[in-house]
Amino acid sequence: MFEGRDIACERGERRIFSGLNFRISPGQALVLRGPNGSGKTSLLRIAATLLRIAAGRLTWNGVDVAEDPEKHRTRLHFIGHQDAVKGALTVRENIATWTRIRGSSGDRIGSAMMAFDISHLADTPAQYLSAGQHRRTALARLVASPAALWLLDEPTVSLDSDGTACLQQAIMDHRAAKGMVMAATHIELGLDDVDILQLTPQ
Amino acid sequence: MKPFMAVIARDLHLAVRQGGATFLALVFFLLTVTLFPLGIGPEPAILARIAPGVLWVAALLAAMLSLDRLFQADFEDGSLEQLTLSGLPLGAIVLAKTIAHWLTTGLPLLLAAPILAVLLNMDSEGFAALLLTMLIGTPALSLIGAIGAALTLTVRRGGVLLSLLVLPLYIPVLIFGVSAIDAAVHGLNAKPHVLLLTALTLAAIPLCPWAAAAAVKLSLE
Repeated sequence: MFEGRDIACERGERRIFSGLNFRISPGQALVLRGPNGSGKTSLLRIAATLLRIAAGRLTWNGVDVAEDPEKHRTRLHFIGHQDAVKGALTVRENIATWTRIRGSSGDRIGSAMMAFDISHLADTPAQYLSAGQHRRTALARLVASPAALWLLDEPTVSLDSDGTACLQQAIMDHRAAKGMVMAATHIELGLDDVDILQLTPQ
Repeated sequence: MKPFMAVIARDLHLAVRQGGATFLALVFFLLTVTLFPLGIGPEPAILARIAPGVLWVAALLAAMLSLDRLFQADFEDGSLEQLTLSGLPLGAIVLAKTIAHWLTTGLPLLLAAPILAVLLNMDSEGFAALLLTMLIGTPALSLIGAIGAALTLTVRRGGVLLSLLVLPLYIPVLIFGVSAIDAAVHGLNAKPHVLLLTALTLAAIPLCPWAAAAAVKLSLE
């Protein structure tokens, strides 16, 4: 169970949101909605411990995340605006590198590429990929090294309908395996039974 | 330990793939040192006198030039963010990247230095001291440089600012590195200088990654 209580966020002395509560149970998905600037990205970055929390607290199964942020980070995947894909490396090498750095075994790399339909590009240097293929390579990390919590910030950017379908399937499998998802997205991900957190600009 | 080694292996892998850019520091080192005999004249005695200083100053500048690659590319494509989230403490990530940086810049400089010392007619008495001080001193250049590289991450075209931040901090390394070689050349005891240089590097190993990690954390916010 991942929970946030009375979360507040400040960016450059400006209050973005405050008093925000959310709760994600295993297998649940929470979709963040709100206009530009309402703090969707900030909330995801707070959940990933990338952004300092101005007030409130995050807990994982009742334990404060701030007690051991490194441990919290091993539990999550964060897909942000940038893909963290190196042009000089091939698709497989890109995925394998992150898998090794996260300390997980490499035996899911093949299925991760299959899940996002990039197996045929495995040995192509990432600099020759299209924007959508680039994004698929980034998303393949989700499957390649397991993590309980997926934090997805506009994950469908530059994906075509097939790519979006791949992501939907991956999220469904992840939830079926008791994984949690927190996503900011403007388009319908086609997920059923999701909680919506509406953010309003202050 | 495994993820730590994986970060080093990743940076080395990228350095090899990107080839040219990685060894620019070495080429810069070779070029600047060869400029001195051209500028000062081929008088062997003068060249021998200035050799330790020239080698160290050129190594210092070469190391500094390569610093912007340490975090900048990873910062821009989101890799630094992902590294932060890998579960390794940020200080360990910075240390791993600094080790990779030293292996791709400091180590080649160290290996090229004796050849250039011959070119500058440096006294053969000083060769052992040159290698030893470079071996001990160049890691400090990478470590101190990591702080500057991390602080200038969010600055557009931060190259000049980076050198202004880092060069003053390089001065102690320069002083003890050169004085150790000079002492050896003149038949004096080089040990105190070498020990002071070692102390600098040993102090930098825990302090610099910690400071650079704090700067990286700020720039990611």
